Amino acid sequence: MSTIDPILWNDWHPVAETCTLLSGPPVETVLLGVPLVIAADADGAFHARRTDDVPLHQDERYGLVWVCLGTPERPVLAIPEADEPDRPAVTVGSIRVQTAGPRVIENFLDLGHLGYVHARYLGDDPHTQVLPYKVDALPEGGIIATGCKMFQPQASPAATEGFMVDYVYKVERPLATCLYKANPVHRDRFDVIFLFAQPVSEEESIAHPLLLCLPDGTTAADLRTFQQLIFMQDKPILENQVPKRLPLADGAELPIAADKSSVAYRRWLSKIGMTYGVIPAQARAA
Amino acid sequence: MILYDAHHVAPAYAVRLLAGFLGLPLELQGMDVYPGHDDRSDEFLALNPLGTLPVLVDGDTVFTDWQEILAHLALAHGPDWYPATDPALVGWLGIARDLAASAGAARLMQTFCVPGDLAEAKAQAERLLDEVERRMWFAERAGHGWLLAGTHPTIADIAAFVSIAPCEDGGLSLRDRPALRRWCDRVRFHPGFVPMSGVFPPMANT
Ligand SMILES: [Fe+2]
Repeated sequence: MSTIDPILWNDWHPVAETCTLLSGPPVETVLLGVPLVIAADADGAFHARRTDDVPLHQDERYGLVWVCLGTPERPVLAIPEADEPDRPAVTVGSIRVQTAGPRVIENFLDLGHLGYVHARYLGDDPHTQVLPYKVDALPEGGIIATGCKMFQPQASPAATEGFMVDYVYKVERPLATCLYKANPVHRDRFDVIFLFAQPVSEEESIAHPLLLCLPDGTTAADLRTFQQLIFMQDKPILENQVPKRLPLADGAELPIAADKSSVAYRRWLSKIGMTYGVIPAQARAA
Repeated sequence: MILYDAHHVAPAYAVRLLAGFLGLPLELQGMDVYPGHDDRSDEFLALNPLGTLPVLVDGDTVFTDWQEILAHLALAHGPDWYPATDPALVGWLGIARDLAASAGAARLMQTFCVPGDLAEAKAQAERLLDEVERRMWFAERAGHGWLLAGTHPTIADIAAFVSIAPCEDGGLSLRDRPALRRWCDRVRFHPGFVPMSGVFPPMANT
């Protein structure tokens, strides 16, 4: 038995991109402090193993190899949009971040940073104001933020002009989040962008962005480049946040209106009793 | 001019940066080198058998070495950036190449999960950063702002900058290297500067 947070120990986490494995050497990585090696065999099948050869559970979905170190209580997160034939799943690559997984997820939810950290792409002066939006609990656990709006000069590679972009954010598992945003060409349908945070240790993660975008003339390579550019802008911001573990106590860091989804995310983690990569509320009060 | 390019690859950024300073239009040919492997395709290897980025195609000539590309563009479009009579240029370009092989390699390992000896890369980078800091500190005392003596930045500044400025992505720091921080700011404020993710434009820190 592991003493690590059962919420993460018994859940699925992405550990490698299949495209990297198919054309390269095995990938060595770490999940919840456990060293892993993932390789593709001659038939193109993927094999993940612990370096100490303790058995694990593995799966392959959306261009990612998934591992559960404990006892899986449910399958890998279902993504209905991945079944739509005109939405290829495009992985963006493994990007290491020296901070806790929940910090990575919380940053993704934060509308307030778009106009500053991603100026000229996902927001811009003087359009940095965050308009009111709604946050609700999801029936299966997690949170959903709806009615989010942001003026974006370059919402995605295919955007030829700035426009007011509608957003919906969801967090369905502690380290899996996604957003739905209007596609610049098909403005009545949404592009879907997922972000999974692989917990390496309590204070280190590997981000695995996944794109399920509508065909708008953008190549997979362009989508990857754009998303890497955006995420690499977030990385130094994330790494300068102190403490690296996400504090869950109410008021631990000053909430502003734009932080509504962040507050809801922290409260939800607190409610389910998450302990890994966070500073639990009671620990802080003690 | 066509530049085979990837946004996060520091030597490719060096070429984009010099083109920005010189006001040169580049036709960027984006390559999916991560997590894809466009650099290992037969088509690209036919262009550059070493499979490295960037590659510049200027008319009928193909350049496959990033420092040679910097030299070519400077000689053709901005000779101030290439002080051929100063032997220090060779030394600094060598240090910049060593920085790419240490600080640059550490960044690829630490951020993009490229396999390698991270501790060794960082140790070598620390030695180089200390030495560049030491030299820049004395250069500032002598009234110079750039790696080479003189009033104008050179391709050596660009070649070193692309490894030094984003060094935190490799687990390194400029916190105790104030002369290097000031030098980075001078590069960032030079007219025509273009950013790379992780290297902020001048406004972002103010
Ligand atoms: Fe961001």
